Amino acid sequence: MKEHKVTKTIAEINERIRKGEAVVVTAEEMVGIVRENGPEEAARRIDVVTTGTFSPMCSSGAFLNFGQTLPTIKAARVWLNNVPAYAGLAAVDIFLGGAEPAEDDPLNKVFPGEFRYGGGHVIEDLLAGKKVKLKAVAYGTDCYPNTIMEKEITLADLPNALLVNPRNCYQNYNCAINLSDKTIYTYMGTLRPRGKNVNYATSGELSPLLNDPLYRTIGLGSKIFLGGGTGYITWHGTQHNPHAMRLANQTPCRPAGTLMVQGELKQMSARWIKGISMQGYGTTIAVGVGVPIPVLNEEIAGYTGVSDAEIMTQVVDYSYDCSHGVDRNYAEVSYAELKSGQIEVNGRKVATASLSSVVRAREIAEILREWIKSGDFTLTEPVKLICDM
Amino acid sequence: MYSRIYVLRFPRETSDKPIISKLVKQYDVEFNILKATILPHDEGLMVLELTGHKNNIREALDYLKSFGVSIESVSTIIRRDDDKCFQCGACTGICPASALYVQRPEMAVVFDTDKCTGCGLCVPVCPVRAMEVSLDQSVNALKA
Ligand code: SF4
Ligand code: SF4
Repeated sequence: MKEHKVTKTIAEINERIRKGEAVVVTAEEMVGIVRENGPEEAARRIDVVTTGTFSPMCSSGAFLNFGQTLPTIKAARVWLNNVPAYAGLAAVDIFLGGAEPAEDDPLNKVFPGEFRYGGGHVIEDLLAGKKVKLKAVAYGTDCYPNTIMEKEITLADLPNALLVNPRNCYQNYNCAINLSDKTIYTYMGTLRPRGKNVNYATSGELSPLLNDPLYRTIGLGSKIFLGGGTGYITWHGTQHNPHAMRLANQTPCRPAGTLMVQGELKQMSARWIKGISMQGYGTTIAVGVGVPIPVLNEEIAGYTGVSDAEIMTQVVDYSYDCSHGVDRNYAEVSYAELKSGQIEVNGRKVATASLSSVVRAREIAEILREWIKSGDFTLTEPVKLICDM
Repeated sequence: MYSRIYVLRFPRETSDKPIISKLVKQYDVEFNILKATILPHDEGLMVLELTGHKNNIREALDYLKSFGVSIESVSTIIRRDDDKCFQCGACTGICPASALYVQRPEMAVVFDTDKCTGCGLCVPVCPVRAMEVSLDQSVNALKA
């Protein structure tokens, strides 16, 4: 690695946070700061850049322990508001997946299905303080004789509740188009026929992993904003692909890195974790995540100064190519173009829409900035960086 | 061609008169009755889709009003629950009337009720079901 003119450590930044002297800005604010002052001066002035994303994120869920009742039970199958949870863990430990639909959901029998309620909605209801109906069945053992149990639970009643998301914060993602003759319903939303609209799902310059594109400042143990409370990065996520194609500024222009994150559910809020119904596709969950990036040197400052115009993605057909492994794209577009509301594909203008909330992503970055400025939130030194995993 | 859905409330003394049929003959406006019911106090309630030239529809509505019929455009009862809406923007790609659009550079998603035609396309597209049609609810509430 090359020598840096400015070097700071996380410990030094934390010292400044505790004294109330740290200079913290959001990733959007950092764009102008780096543009005006250059990365070196920006690295001297700025200590932390806050990021944010609030978007549907499959591969999210919660480990819940619902406590014993008498006589005791070793739950074999468990439902929460009729949404099945995985019970093959221990007597009363379950994992509730955000993408699990309710058992009596008509799914896509009448196409396109509505998918009104699933695991993500159960988690949102728990966070909103609502009562949730729990049902467990078991085969019965000498030590756990009960075979069926039903009770109402609230989040406060649960001995333990941990949000654990094996894959969040996708570092860039495809922009979806439908080139077939009929409307299609996908995890990228509803796409009108003959390329009438495109959907994308990244908050661009605010997005956590686009501000540390080579994963050099974050890793196991990094404290983050998660679901309105605090959580931690615990590893890279599933499908993490650091080898994706990159631009000269090191941001990937294909789906690339991901994060695994977790945090105590009881200190999160329903405003930042929402059950999602994707018409014709299924249920899932939207999770608000914000990662503080310590500006350790001018190289990191340069990365955090990246703007929407300098981040690119590809337009991919979701009617055939994506489901049949055809590696083809119809355009390379920047997030500045996508956010303008219109892009050009094959010489035609196409309307763009986002599935990821920029307004809420910005709010997350601002909340995190205030937490750090007030001294309540210090940075943690990762035990192992993601670039070394 | 212009097409809109209206909720009409007929006063008691008109509910037995055939005033709707005149819309076609006199104003060249086609109608499609989506729902019709007589409420307890002999007041009539009808949900009507009118299709025709914009001016003709306006005149037809004036004609109905002259009988004391109260008229509500359905667009006023497509609502957005602003607490539920998380400003993602998924609906903006699907709204044919640009009633749901992104305000730049903030990227806030705005709902302009005046532009909304009441087509309802946004309702199942919204991933958190923030867009609500309260049509059936208001009709049911009137029945009760
Ligand atoms: S009802 Fe139709 S016109 Fe009105 S906001 Fe929804 S999609 Fe747009
Ligand atoms: S799709 Fe729903 S949540 Fe998203 S901006 Fe539109 S109304 Fe709001």
